[in-house]
Amino acid sequence: MSASTRPQVKLLYFAWVREKIGVPCEDVSLPATVSTVADTIAWLQQRGPEYADAFARPNVIRAAINQTHVSAATSIDGAREIAFFPPVTGG
Amino acid sequence: MAVRVQAGDFDTGKEIAALARGNANIGAIVTFTGTVRGAAKDGAIATMTLEHYPGMTEAELERIEAEAKARWPLEASLIVHRFGDLAPGDSIVLVVTASAHRQAAFEAAEFLMDYLKTRAPFWKKETPLGFGKTGQWVDAREADDGALERWKR
Repeated sequence: MSASTRPQVKLLYFAWVREKIGVPCEDVSLPATVSTVADTIAWLQQRGPEYADAFARPNVIRAAINQTHVSAATSIDGAREIAFFPPVTGG
Repeated sequence: MAVRVQAGDFDTGKEIAALARGNANIGAIVTFTGTVRGAAKDGAIATMTLEHYPGMTEAELERIEAEAKARWPLEASLIVHRFGDLAPGDSIVLVVTASAHRQAAFEAAEFLMDYLKTRAPFWKKETPLGFGKTGQWVDAREADDGALERWKR
Protein backbone atom coordinates (compact mmCIF):
# COMPACT_ATOMS: atom_id res chain seq x y z
CA MET A 1 0.00 0.00 0.00
CA SER A 2 1.44 3.37 -0.96
CA ALA A 3 1.42 6.26 1.51
CA SER A 4 -1.03 8.18 -0.69
CA THR A 5 -3.95 5.75 -0.42
CA ARG A 6 -6.10 4.46 2.41
CA PRO A 7 -6.81 0.76 3.10
CA GLN A 8 -9.42 -0.74 0.78
CA VAL A 9 -12.99 0.00 1.78
CA LYS A 10 -16.26 -1.54 0.62
CA LEU A 11 -18.77 0.97 -0.75
CA LEU A 12 -22.45 0.00 -0.85
CA TYR A 13 -25.27 1.75 -2.67
CA PHE A 14 -29.02 1.37 -2.12
CA ALA A 15 -32.30 2.29 -3.84
CA TRP A 16 -31.95 4.97 -6.56
CA VAL A 17 -28.30 5.58 -5.68
CA ARG A 18 -27.62 1.92 -6.56
CA GLU A 19 -29.73 2.12 -9.74
CA LYS A 20 -28.01 5.27 -11.01
CA ILE A 21 -24.51 3.89 -10.37
CA GLY A 22 -25.39 0.48 -11.75
CA VAL A 23 -23.71 -1.71 -9.10
CA PRO A 24 -24.76 -2.57 -5.53
CA CYS A 25 -21.24 -2.50 -4.08
CA GLU A 26 -17.55 -2.21 -4.93
CA ASP A 27 -14.15 -2.25 -3.24
CA VAL A 28 -12.12 0.93 -3.67
CA SER A 29 -8.88 2.48 -2.49
CA LEU A 30 -9.62 6.07 -1.52
CA PRO A 31 -6.81 8.63 -1.77
CA ALA A 32 -5.32 9.78 1.53
CA THR A 33 -6.70 13.27 0.83
CA VAL A 34 -10.25 11.91 1.32
CA SER A 35 -10.95 12.11 5.04
CA THR A 36 -14.71 12.57 5.57
CA VAL A 37 -18.00 11.26 4.20
CA ALA A 38 -18.45 14.53 2.28
CA ASP A 39 -14.95 14.12 0.78
CA THR A 40 -15.87 10.59 -0.29
CA ILE A 41 -18.99 11.86 -2.06
CA ALA A 42 -16.96 14.58 -3.81
CA TRP A 43 -14.41 11.93 -4.90
CA LEU A 44 -17.19 9.66 -6.19
CA GLN A 45 -18.78 12.52 -8.17
CA GLN A 46 -15.59 12.64 -10.29
CA ARG A 47 -15.64 8.92 -11.15
CA GLY A 48 -17.98 9.13 -14.13
CA PRO A 49 -21.34 10.40 -15.38
CA GLU A 50 -23.33 7.72 -13.51
CA TYR A 51 -21.68 8.74 -10.22
CA ALA A 52 -22.13 12.44 -11.00
CA ASP A 53 -25.84 11.71 -11.55
CA ALA A 54 -26.24 9.62 -8.37
CA PHE A 55 -24.51 12.25 -6.23
CA ALA A 56 -25.84 15.34 -8.03
CA ARG A 57 -27.69 16.42 -4.85
CA PRO A 58 -25.32 15.49 -2.01
CA ASN A 59 -27.62 17.07 0.59
CA VAL A 60 -30.23 14.34 0.04
CA ILE A 61 -27.70 11.50 0.32
CA ARG A 62 -27.53 9.69 3.67
CA ALA A 63 -24.53 7.60 4.74
CA ALA A 64 -23.56 4.84 7.16
CA ILE A 65 -20.09 3.74 8.25
CA ASN A 66 -19.71 0.15 9.46
CA GLN A 67 -23.54 -0.11 9.51
CA THR A 68 -24.14 2.95 11.72
CA HIS A 69 -25.74 6.22 10.53
CA VAL A 70 -23.24 9.09 10.18
CA SER A 71 -23.28 12.72 9.03
CA ALA A 72 -21.43 14.22 6.06
CA ALA A 73 -18.75 15.64 8.36
CA THR A 74 -17.88 12.26 9.93
CA SER A 75 -14.31 10.98 9.49
CA ILE A 76 -13.88 7.79 7.45
CA ASP A 77 -10.94 6.62 9.59
CA GLY A 78 -11.52 2.98 10.52
CA ALA A 79 -14.27 2.53 7.91
CA ARG A 80 -14.46 -1.00 6.48
CA GLU A 81 -17.86 -0.38 4.89
CA ILE A 82 -19.40 2.92 3.76
CA ALA A 83 -22.97 2.94 2.47
CA PHE A 84 -24.75 5.69 0.53
CA PHE A 85 -28.53 5.85 0.17
CA PRO A 86 -31.59 8.13 -0.01
CA PRO A 87 -33.56 8.98 3.15
CA VAL A 88 -35.14 5.75 4.42
CA THR A 89 -38.82 4.93 3.76
CA GLY A 90 -39.57 1.70 5.66
CA GLY A 91 -42.35 0.91 8.09
CA MET B 1 -36.74 -8.59 22.91
CA ALA B 2 -36.31 -9.66 19.31
CA VAL B 3 -36.10 -8.35 15.76
CA ARG B 4 -36.63 -10.27 12.52
CA VAL B 5 -36.22 -9.22 8.90
CA GLN B 6 -37.85 -11.65 6.49
CA ALA B 7 -39.40 -12.04 3.03
CA GLY B 8 -42.33 -14.13 4.23
CA ASP B 9 -45.54 -13.09 5.96
CA PHE B 10 -46.16 -13.20 9.71
CA ASP B 11 -49.09 -14.37 11.85
CA THR B 12 -49.82 -11.66 14.40
CA GLY B 13 -51.80 -13.96 16.71
CA LYS B 14 -49.03 -16.55 16.83
CA GLU B 15 -46.42 -13.86 17.44
CA ILE B 16 -48.39 -12.44 20.38
CA ALA B 17 -48.89 -15.89 21.88
CA ALA B 18 -45.18 -16.76 21.56
CA LEU B 19 -44.10 -13.43 23.05
CA ALA B 20 -46.40 -13.60 26.08
CA ARG B 21 -46.10 -17.32 26.84
CA GLY B 22 -45.02 -18.02 30.41
CA ASN B 23 -44.70 -14.36 31.46
CA ALA B 24 -47.28 -13.62 34.16
CA ASN B 25 -45.91 -10.09 34.69
CA ILE B 26 -47.50 -8.99 31.41
CA GLY B 27 -50.79 -7.13 31.77
CA ALA B 28 -50.86 -5.22 28.48
CA ILE B 29 -49.92 -6.11 24.92
CA VAL B 30 -50.02 -3.56 22.09
CA THR B 31 -49.52 -4.44 18.42
CA PHE B 32 -49.06 -2.27 15.34
CA THR B 33 -49.25 -3.68 11.81
CA GLY B 34 -48.28 -1.61 8.78
CA THR B 35 -49.78 -2.71 5.45
CA VAL B 36 -49.37 -1.85 1.76
CA ARG B 37 -51.86 0.80 0.59
CA GLY B 38 -53.37 0.16 -2.83
CA ALA B 39 -53.37 3.80 -3.88
CA ALA B 40 -50.25 5.91 -4.45
CA LYS B 41 -50.01 9.53 -5.60
CA ASP B 42 -50.02 8.45 -9.27
CA GLY B 43 -52.90 5.98 -8.96
CA ALA B 44 -53.32 2.33 -8.07
CA ILE B 45 -50.18 0.31 -7.41
CA ALA B 46 -49.48 -3.26 -8.49
CA THR B 47 -46.40 -3.96 -6.38
CA MET B 48 -44.55 -2.46 -3.45
CA THR B 49 -40.90 -3.56 -3.41
CA LEU B 50 -38.91 -3.15 -0.21
CA GLU B 51 -35.12 -3.03 -0.41
CA HIS B 52 -32.98 -3.09 2.74
CA TYR B 53 -29.39 -3.16 3.97
CA PRO B 54 -28.80 -6.67 5.34
CA GLY B 55 -26.80 -6.50 8.54
CA MET B 56 -27.38 -2.83 9.24
CA THR B 57 -31.16 -3.34 9.23
CA GLU B 58 -30.99 -5.86 12.07
CA ALA B 59 -28.38 -3.78 13.94
CA GLU B 60 -30.47 -0.60 13.67
CA LEU B 61 -33.70 -2.33 14.74
CA GLU B 62 -31.85 -3.78 17.75
CA ARG B 63 -30.54 -0.32 18.68
CA ILE B 64 -34.07 1.13 18.44
CA GLU B 65 -35.48 -1.71 20.53
CA ALA B 66 -32.75 -1.30 23.18
CA GLU B 67 -33.60 2.42 23.39
CA ALA B 68 -37.29 1.62 23.96
CA LYS B 69 -36.38 -0.90 26.65
CA ALA B 70 -34.25 1.74 28.39
CA ARG B 71 -37.15 4.24 28.38
CA TRP B 72 -40.14 2.04 29.30
CA PRO B 73 -40.59 -0.95 31.64
CA LEU B 74 -41.20 -3.49 28.87
CA GLU B 75 -41.65 -7.17 29.65
CA ALA B 76 -41.19 -8.14 26.00
CA SER B 77 -41.08 -6.67 22.50
CA LEU B 78 -40.86 -7.81 18.90
CA ILE B 79 -40.21 -6.10 15.59
CA VAL B 80 -40.80 -8.04 12.34
CA HIS B 81 -40.17 -6.25 9.03
CA ARG B 82 -40.62 -7.75 5.57
CA PHE B 83 -38.63 -7.10 2.39
CA GLY B 84 -39.06 -8.03 -1.28
CA ASP B 85 -42.14 -7.75 -3.50
CA LEU B 86 -45.44 -7.09 -1.70
CA ALA B 87 -48.99 -6.50 -2.98
CA PRO B 88 -51.68 -4.08 -1.76
CA GLY B 89 -53.13 -5.36 1.51
CA ASP B 90 -49.99 -7.32 2.42
CA SER B 91 -48.44 -6.79 5.83
CA ILE B 92 -45.12 -4.90 5.90
CA VAL B 93 -44.21 -4.48 9.55
CA LEU B 94 -45.28 -5.78 12.96
CA VAL B 95 -44.41 -4.17 16.29
CA VAL B 96 -45.49 -5.85 19.53
CA THR B 97 -44.84 -4.42 22.99
CA ALA B 98 -45.78 -5.96 26.31
CA SER B 99 -45.69 -4.41 29.76
CA ALA B 100 -47.40 -4.69 33.17
CA HIS B 101 -49.65 -1.68 32.42
CA ARG B 102 -50.91 -0.28 29.13
CA GLN B 103 -49.28 3.15 29.02
CA ALA B 104 -45.73 1.81 28.60
CA ALA B 105 -46.82 -0.63 25.89
CA PHE B 106 -48.76 2.05 23.93
CA GLU B 107 -45.99 4.62 24.13
CA ALA B 108 -43.16 2.18 23.36
CA ALA B 109 -45.01 0.87 20.28
CA GLU B 110 -45.38 4.43 18.90
CA PHE B 111 -41.76 5.20 19.72
CA LEU B 112 -40.55 2.05 17.94
CA MET B 113 -42.54 2.89 14.80
CA ASP B 114 -41.46 6.56 14.75
CA TYR B 115 -37.79 5.59 15.04
CA LEU B 116 -38.07 2.67 12.65
CA LYS B 117 -39.53 4.90 9.94
CA THR B 118 -36.66 7.39 10.09
CA ARG B 119 -33.71 5.12 11.04
CA ALA B 120 -34.17 1.56 9.74
CA PRO B 121 -32.51 1.21 6.31
CA PHE B 122 -35.49 0.23 4.16
CA TRP B 123 -36.53 1.81 0.85
CA LYS B 124 -39.92 1.43 -0.85
CA LYS B 125 -40.49 1.34 -4.59
CA GLU B 126 -44.02 1.46 -5.98
CA THR B 127 -44.85 -0.01 -9.36
CA PRO B 128 -48.18 1.30 -10.74
CA LEU B 129 -50.80 -0.95 -12.28
CA GLY B 130 -50.66 -1.06 -16.07
CA PHE B 131 -48.53 -2.54 -18.83
CA GLY B 132 -45.00 -1.18 -19.13
CA LYS B 133 -45.20 1.01 -16.01
CA THR B 134 -41.88 1.51 -14.22
CA GLY B 135 -41.41 1.64 -10.48
CA GLN B 136 -40.96 4.89 -8.55
CA TRP B 137 -38.96 5.22 -5.33
CA VAL B 138 -41.10 6.59 -2.53
CA ASP B 139 -39.93 9.93 -1.10
CA ALA B 140 -39.34 10.27 2.63
CA ARG B 141 -42.03 12.27 4.44
CA GLU B 142 -41.09 15.31 6.50
CA ALA B 143 -43.93 14.38 8.87
CA ASP B 144 -41.94 11.27 9.84
CA ASP B 145 -38.99 13.41 10.95
CA GLY B 146 -41.42 15.66 12.83
CA ALA B 147 -42.84 12.65 14.67
CA LEU B 148 -39.42 12.12 16.30
CA GLU B 149 -39.42 15.55 17.93
CA ARG B 150 -41.79 14.53 20.72
CA TRP B 151 -39.38 11.80 21.87
CA LYS B 152 -36.41 14.17 22.22
CA ARG B 153 -35.24 14.66 25.76
